[in-house]
Amino acid sequence: MKKTPIIILITVTLLAGLLLGAKMIQVKGSDTMVNLVQILAEEYMDKNPGTPIAVLGGGSGTGITGLINQTCDIANTSRDIRPKEIDQAWDKGVSPKPFVVAVDGLSIVVNEKNPVEQLTVAQVGAMYRGEIKNWQAVGGGKQAVSLYGRQSNSGTYVFMQEFVLGNKNYSTDMKEMNGNAQILEGILQDEGAVGYVGVGYLFDETGQVRKGIKILKISKEPNGTGYLPTDKAAVDSGAYPIARPLYMATNGKPKGAVAAFLQWIVGPEGQAIVEREGFFTIGEGKYKAANDKNFK
Amino acid sequence: MRHKKWSSFKESAIKALFFTSGILAVLVLLGVFLTLFTTAIPAFREVKLTEFLGNSNWDPTSPEKAEYGLLSMIVSTLLVTGGAMVLAVPIGVGVAAYLSDVAHWRVREILKPIVEILAGIPSVVVGFLGIVLFGPAIAKLFNVGNGLNALNGSILLAVMALPTIISISEDSLNAVPRAYSEASLALGASRWQTLVRVKLPAGLSGIIAAVMLGMGRAIGETMTVLMATGNARSFPNSIFDAVRTMTANIAIELGEVPYYTTHYYALFVIGLILFLMTFAVNLVAELVLHKYQEREQ
Repeated sequence: MKKTPIIILITVTLLAGLLLGAKMIQVKGSDTMVNLVQILAEEYMDKNPGTPIAVLGGGSGTGITGLINQTCDIANTSRDIRPKEIDQAWDKGVSPKPFVVAVDGLSIVVNEKNPVEQLTVAQVGAMYRGEIKNWQAVGGGKQAVSLYGRQSNSGTYVFMQEFVLGNKNYSTDMKEMNGNAQILEGILQDEGAVGYVGVGYLFDETGQVRKGIKILKISKEPNGTGYLPTDKAAVDSGAYPIARPLYMATNGKPKGAVAAFLQWIVGPEGQAIVEREGFFTIGEGKYKAANDKNFK
Repeated sequence: MRHKKWSSFKESAIKALFFTSGILAVLVLLGVFLTLFTTAIPAFREVKLTEFLGNSNWDPTSPEKAEYGLLSMIVSTLLVTGGAMVLAVPIGVGVAAYLSDVAHWRVREILKPIVEILAGIPSVVVGFLGIVLFGPAIAKLFNVGNGLNALNGSILLAVMALPTIISISEDSLNAVPRAYSEASLALGASRWQTLVRVKLPAGLSGIIAAVMLGMGRAIGETMTVLMATGNARSFPNSIFDAVRTMTANIAIELGEVPYYTTHYYALFVIGLILFLMTFAVNLVAELVLHKYQEREQ
């Protein structure tokens, strides 16, 4: 009996050694991507038990900062890495290489009781800049516009600001929510609400669009044809105006387990999961070409 | 002889231990203050104090022009905290008076632990209640579009400050010497008169200290307000506006801010102001409590 503590001690030491020995891939960043990458990681780990992968959210900015400070191996980001961030990375000897893993149609969502069906990109921009304050101005009922958005650490926040607001300031009246799910929660209860979320968040577990919300059609020009972000063909062709690539970035050319994981994601198995989770695949065009270049 | 030596050694060892722990607490406080101060100072190289305190627009990541005004956030913090106190003080003091004077001892034995359990509810849970329960209720009751506003934050912070206020107020009411209320009752005053005109004034400094400590808790609370107040950066015009408090702003931005930039230092300026505010409130509470204890002796 006296030997029991020693045996336990040895077992614990061995286990700890094993755990520390196996190199864990740390993935951090975009909240829009966290669910998708988590599922990708789980399926990949099922097939490759030797590679533990940990996926964290926190926002694209958090992920990129992590990559720069080398606290993660892969940064998920739903926006381009800014020149300023690349400079900071170079200063620390880090050279970020982004890979497109999926395409996201950013959807503009309102309460189902709102009669508006379609907006132009310019109208959405004007609402978020605080220039349009009532739904009447865009053909809706007499109701104040109540803006819902993300916080400044979110890639979605930055993407909207660049592509829809024309690099102008957000209205300070915008309610800044903690994530896509909280934006939807707000819209469900607020008849004057408008919010922006990634397409992956529009569906419930059964694949149906969530109850209580309405996705708006978006057109480029006034009186132009509007498209839904759930329309794959429109997103692929660029007819849906608010779409963006989602990246996973590594420090330098990926090697070993990290490279294998990324190759698997952009390959047929990974892309099938991307599609199943409500995002769009990277296709055979420019994104694939850019990825291939970065892998070499 | 040997025994005596050992026990005197033990005594001085324990004394030293307590002294070190006391000094350690002071050192930690000083350390926190110095870190905040030295990290906040570089912000003033690029941003003037008048901009921090005079401008109401905070937008450090703006693509147009970075702005560092804290006025909206300071006012929002005071608005939410003030609202919480308006709600929590009457209820808190009322419950304390009920517990110490009116309640049957059996009721008190049940109620007091329940109030103390209230203090242990994690702030995320309170914040979640704000989103799913108080938010929709406020929207319906006051016929506003949504309930993510200063009022929601105030209600939640009042819930969180109540245990402190009740607990310390009740202690101070109980500490009023029995002779006071006995004398008052003997002179023919009713129990209500005794409570309002004798016991409450006698325990007033303790009650003020309780309110101050509750307020300190409310000012510093982060998660609850982050979840329930909407975090809009605009200057609040009413309690039905979405507001962003100083704590929420630090929580939102510190995770993503590039290190050693003006934005990074400016967040520490907010932290410093917040620290000074809670420090002042706690100091007042301590002074009042001290004065009250002195008078007792």
